[in-house]
Amino acid sequence: MSENNSTQQQADGLDNRRDFLAKFASTVFAGMVMGGAAVKAEEAKRPLQLPTRLPGGPIQAELEYEDVLVQMQRELEAALQKGRTPKWVMVIDTRKCVGCHACTIACAVENKLPPGVVYRPVIEEQIGEYPNVSWRFTPRPCMQCDKPPCVPVCPVGATWKSEDGIVDIDYNACIGCRYCLTACPYQARTSDFGDHWTDGTPGQGKMPYEELPMFEYGKEWKREDHKSPVGNARKCHFCRHRLQHGLLPQCVTSCIGRATFFGDANDPNSLVSQLIHKPNATRLKEELGTEPRVYYLV
Amino acid sequence: MKRALPWILFAILALVGLVGAFLRFTSSRDLAAYGSYIPWGLWVATYIFFAGLSAGAYVVAVLGYVFGVERLKPIAPMALAIALACLGAALVTVWFDLGHMERVFSVFLRPNFTSMMAWMVWLYTAYAITVLLALYGIWRNHPGLTRTALMVGTPLVIFYPGAAGALFGTVVAQSLWHSPVFPILFLFGGVLSGFSLVTFAAAYFSRKGAGYSDRVWLMGRIMLGLLVLYLILEWAEYSIPMWYQVGHEYEALMGVLFGPFWYVFWVFHLLLGMLVPMLLLALLPRNPLATGAAGFLAASMFLAVRLNLVIPSQVQPQLEGLVNAYRDRRLGYSYIPTLFEWSVVAFSVALAIAIAYAVLWFLNREKKLEVTQ
Ligand code: SF4
Ligand code: SF4
Repeated sequence: MSENNSTQQQADGLDNRRDFLAKFASTVFAGMVMGGAAVKAEEAKRPLQLPTRLPGGPIQAELEYEDVLVQMQRELEAALQKGRTPKWVMVIDTRKCVGCHACTIACAVENKLPPGVVYRPVIEEQIGEYPNVSWRFTPRPCMQCDKPPCVPVCPVGATWKSEDGIVDIDYNACIGCRYCLTACPYQARTSDFGDHWTDGTPGQGKMPYEELPMFEYGKEWKREDHKSPVGNARKCHFCRHRLQHGLLPQCVTSCIGRATFFGDANDPNSLVSQLIHKPNATRLKEELGTEPRVYYLV
Repeated sequence: MKRALPWILFAILALVGLVGAFLRFTSSRDLAAYGSYIPWGLWVATYIFFAGLSAGAYVVAVLGYVFGVERLKPIAPMALAIALACLGAALVTVWFDLGHMERVFSVFLRPNFTSMMAWMVWLYTAYAITVLLALYGIWRNHPGLTRTALMVGTPLVIFYPGAAGALFGTVVAQSLWHSPVFPILFLFGGVLSGFSLVTFAAAYFSRKGAGYSDRVWLMGRIMLGLLVLYLILEWAEYSIPMWYQVGHEYEALMGVLFGPFWYVFWVFHLLLGMLVPMLLLALLPRNPLATGAAGFLAASMFLAVRLNLVIPSQVQPQLEGLVNAYRDRRLGYSYIPTLFEWSVVAFSVALAIAIAYAVLWFLNREKKLEVTQ
């Protein structure tokens, strides 16, 4: 029986090979007579069969599926309850970023940022030229460098690297010399010049959203006259005030492409721990040795 | 009329300056052109300009009192008055630059000594004390005190322009600043510009009695040497990074030489600040007025050097495309100082003149000056 089978298979194999060679020869021949015209291979294309998908369900029913946001939220809560200082890390998948700038805006809303102050701009770069053209989007928060060049330059010690990795600023201590702005290789710091969105517009003073307090570093701040944070250096702080309340940074929550990941790199099972050890994980200006805590998947 | 003209000019300068200072207090920094991507502008350049002038003027007094160059000793009070005046102007200018001017004393109360800026402020303070003590010694006829103060001040006058250079040189992010030659360049630049300023003052504002021509001649010779030395250092600063013609530093230097503000380097610095003074000093060595004019040019045009040290490095974006990522007038890579910024500088210049004049007037009244008019 098995002998029969194998003979049969051999015969089939021979037939297949014969068929293949015949097709190959005719294709080559066709190519020759057609003088290099493109070979059409439509016949070889088959429609892709996807497993049936329940509405709203995962693509492959047999795989367990959890939205990364839910996973990160779960991990965040676990990290805060561990009783051990987390090592906060952010990962940005540039292939998933669609360049919508939602994170930039969400951050500005969260921290009530005035004009000229931005924590997370998204850099857009065109690569190549038509017809071989593509876009690269690089959201750029503060890198929370492990060796931050912005910290040792501060003449009054108003900025420091905290244990969980976030580089903090004490608005009440900062004298506004802007030395740290010149020292940051990522230009992640901006100065609050006291401008308002409604400056120079007709109407009765500031809009309500300009008068709302914000809660950076877990304190309540109101931008009034010349009071801090006006006159200070400002930058992204991974939404420390949200983390304190068990919430993910606003840019992570608002990312429509699920391109920004956040978590505790001290937990080897966390999503970010897995992502930062991928071969396509890289960091900006690695050569400077600043050891950023923000990784990019490219 | 001839006597009134300087007063009229000073009054105009002071008036413009007072308007600038008033605006600085009332309108915050709205009117300044610097922003977050070019955080340091004209005021920081003016600050290091004055700081250098102060150090150089001090060196003249040190040469007279500590190193026994007798011909320079009579000019020492004037040099010290200039050193004090320029230091005051420097500190006021950088104070105006702070986002929180009221917190300036934090640098004393909670200094962070990994920062070159903290070092600089502390060194300045120690240095200012030696200047005041040296002047006090002159006033009280106590040359021993003046000499001791200047001896203590000698290492300070080397370290503090060095620290100012290191303030820039240590910034790894700024390719044009991050160079070991910077502290040395600052030191020699300061000595050259300050020495030139005192030469100008000695030539035009001191009594033309015995020793006058000799003194100005000697100062002219020293100045010529310093000019040549500075050019050699500058050659090192420019030629090495430009050798491969690649990289940020090269682009920044090309911006200095052939960018939109090329004339700051070629006309103000090289021609008026270096070549013309060198020619005046080389061709008319015995003419005190020519030497004084050379001193004025070399000193005043040094602001061009300071501008070219501070600004071009920042004009290079740290990340390509950042400027288009978020549009705002504070987030750009071009910078031209506004009239408001210049008016604050006018305030500093007027202040320096006023301090120097007041100190010399006082010492003159007390009959403590040998040569100053
Ligand atoms: S990215 Fe810039 S501001 Fe943030 S930690 Fe690094 S050097 Fe400091
Ligand atoms: S701007 Fe503020 S935080 Fe930055 S170096 Fe100056 S004092 Fe420190």
